[in-house]
Amino acid sequence: MKRDKLVAFLFILPSIVLVGIFVYGFIGWTGVVSFVNWRDVFPDYTFVGFRNYIRLFGNYRFLISMKNTAIFTFLFLVSSVSIGLLLAILLDRKVRFEGFFRTIYLFPMAISFVVTGVVWRWLLNPGTGGESIGINLLFEKIGLSFLKSGWYTDPNIGIKAVVIPAVWQMSGYVMALYLAGMRSIPTELYEAAQLDGASVYQVYRYIVLPLLRPITLGAVIILGHISLKIFDLVFSMTGSGIGFSCDVPALFMYDTTFRGNYFSQGAAVSIVLLLLVSALIVPYMVYTIRSEVRR
Amino acid sequence: MLKKLLTVLLVLSLTFAFASKLEIFSWWTAGGEAEGLQELIKIYNKLYPNVEVINATVAGGAGAQAKAVLKTRMLGGDPPDTFQVHAGHELIDTWVKTGFMEPITFLYKEEGWERVMPKGILEIVSYNGEYWSVPVNIHRANVLWYNKKIFNQFGLKPPKTFDEFFQVAEALKAKGVIPFALGTKDGWEAAHIFETVLIGKLGAEGYKGLWTGKTKWSDPRVTDALETFAKMLKYVNSDHPARTWDEACALIVEGKAAMTIMGDWAVGYFYAKNFKDFGWVLAPNNEGIFDALSDSFGLPKGVKNRENVVAFLRILGSKEAQEAFNLKKGSIPARIDVNKDLFPEYQRSAMEDWQKHVIVPSVMHGAAAPESWVTEFKDVISLFVARPDVKVTQNALVNIAKAHVGQ
Repeated sequence: MKRDKLVAFLFILPSIVLVGIFVYGFIGWTGVVSFVNWRDVFPDYTFVGFRNYIRLFGNYRFLISMKNTAIFTFLFLVSSVSIGLLLAILLDRKVRFEGFFRTIYLFPMAISFVVTGVVWRWLLNPGTGGESIGINLLFEKIGLSFLKSGWYTDPNIGIKAVVIPAVWQMSGYVMALYLAGMRSIPTELYEAAQLDGASVYQVYRYIVLPLLRPITLGAVIILGHISLKIFDLVFSMTGSGIGFSCDVPALFMYDTTFRGNYFSQGAAVSIVLLLLVSALIVPYMVYTIRSEVRR
Repeated sequence: MLKKLLTVLLVLSLTFAFASKLEIFSWWTAGGEAEGLQELIKIYNKLYPNVEVINATVAGGAGAQAKAVLKTRMLGGDPPDTFQVHAGHELIDTWVKTGFMEPITFLYKEEGWERVMPKGILEIVSYNGEYWSVPVNIHRANVLWYNKKIFNQFGLKPPKTFDEFFQVAEALKAKGVIPFALGTKDGWEAAHIFETVLIGKLGAEGYKGLWTGKTKWSDPRVTDALETFAKMLKYVNSDHPARTWDEACALIVEGKAAMTIMGDWAVGYFYAKNFKDFGWVLAPNNEGIFDALSDSFGLPKGVKNRENVVAFLRILGSKEAQEAFNLKKGSIPARIDVNKDLFPEYQRSAMEDWQKHVIVPSVMHGAAAPESWVTEFKDVISLFVARPDVKVTQNALVNIAKAHVGQ
């Protein structure tokens, strides 16, 4: 028994060491950098306390990007979860060619965010000089011209236009999660409900949805952390956008660190992002571990 | 057994020594510039056929993305053998003062470059009495490009002053042509245009003073520049946040837009697109001023193939390479003893201006101010494009300048 444990430990030792150095070690290092005065290519390790953080929360670009992240996360979560759930319910009604549709809905998830970003940059490009291209052209051709808009080139829309490809890409994933959840609900429950004369609506409202609650929580956690630290999609699709209307903290971090040489400020942004993501993940982990222990 | 192993090792190390390499890091990926770089590599390979040249490029105008990659490599102790860097503050402040470069004064002495390059350019590649990089070209940032066909069709004259600019723009707008092509996707393009507006309003001395602390940013002429710039923005294509600088030039090529202000790398783009109908004047009120930047290559400390780099730098400074490269790139050679007749009309005129105009360093392209200042400057102007609030913007510019020159 003891030998087994030792062998097991030896097997995971390399990954413990590697993760320890390359994940936690560097997180710690970033934390250290965020408290010093490194604002040139050459490191300066003078301790300055919370000065970088205080300046950060007075920086107009950081504040705009935080606001954008809040808007993005909210819209992205609500739309992905509701569209994913809707697709799952529709497929769960035993439609024909279920496998075919399931694959189609799930496909976008297999694409990298960079590819999605480049393609949607052109789809949502409004065109210029009275000429429409992309989605706007489609709207024009099918007689929905009133839906035409400036998309991400309009400072009032900005980041909200980036939500569209993000939802397009991730709602299929949410659907897969929900579908798996629905299929794991015992059929007896459905049968019992039907015997009691429950309508389809009631079956979903009182049986399926309550049982899917842990899946919703899982989906929110997974999508939430993607959304808070999003970089690649925004970077390839819009950049910071007009008047920073598409800016997110990760983009700001990249800009201030590698273009502006403000390494400490960039590190401070990373730590703020880390805290935001932890605020989402840590309670979930505690909850999962506790429920596992209870079992 | 041990002997065998040693032999194997020796053979291996010899093969590696022969498979000699040279990694050139740049952001030259667009039409014109990429071809210019290929010319350099061709010349190098002819002389050193055994060296494998690795063309390490990172796309993105003005090196926006490449510079980030470069910094992680330099700080991580994995410098490319040689890299493209703007001569001036970007070279000196970012890399030389911080101790990442080796001086190459010996090359200047051996090749006699001090005699064939103008003083203005020698100054911005030197620091502490040493030379630190080889300039391959000179670019001009303050040029207004226009589509000749459109101008002829409506009987318009290219504008030389701001008043004329707005008259022409109004006329073009009435004809349904986009007066002014702009692309702001990469975040620096608007600041580039604003730089020429600043020059137009403050003149050479006033503009240079902004970056040394002699001219105050609270100056009423800066207010005027911001107001003028805001007015110019009323004549741009509506999809500018979706376009990069070359995609904005595409509007000129396609005949959808009539004018744009961009550096003369636009010429390289026009050549690459086989577009001949372009004309040029200086940006409004920029008469007699040459807003310059220069791409250069240096020798980082601790590179793997030092000899190859030195050989490459030697070629870069040669007449043959400077001619071949600049013919494609649309810029002019840093050397003044080249054969002018080889070059097309635009470059010939730029070469003449280079010797008689007042030269000012470009800020958006790393020659006038440290990168931290440039980044903050570009961000403020980028915000101004969306929210043209002159007072707020000028205050922001004043505050940024305070942090850098301590006014």
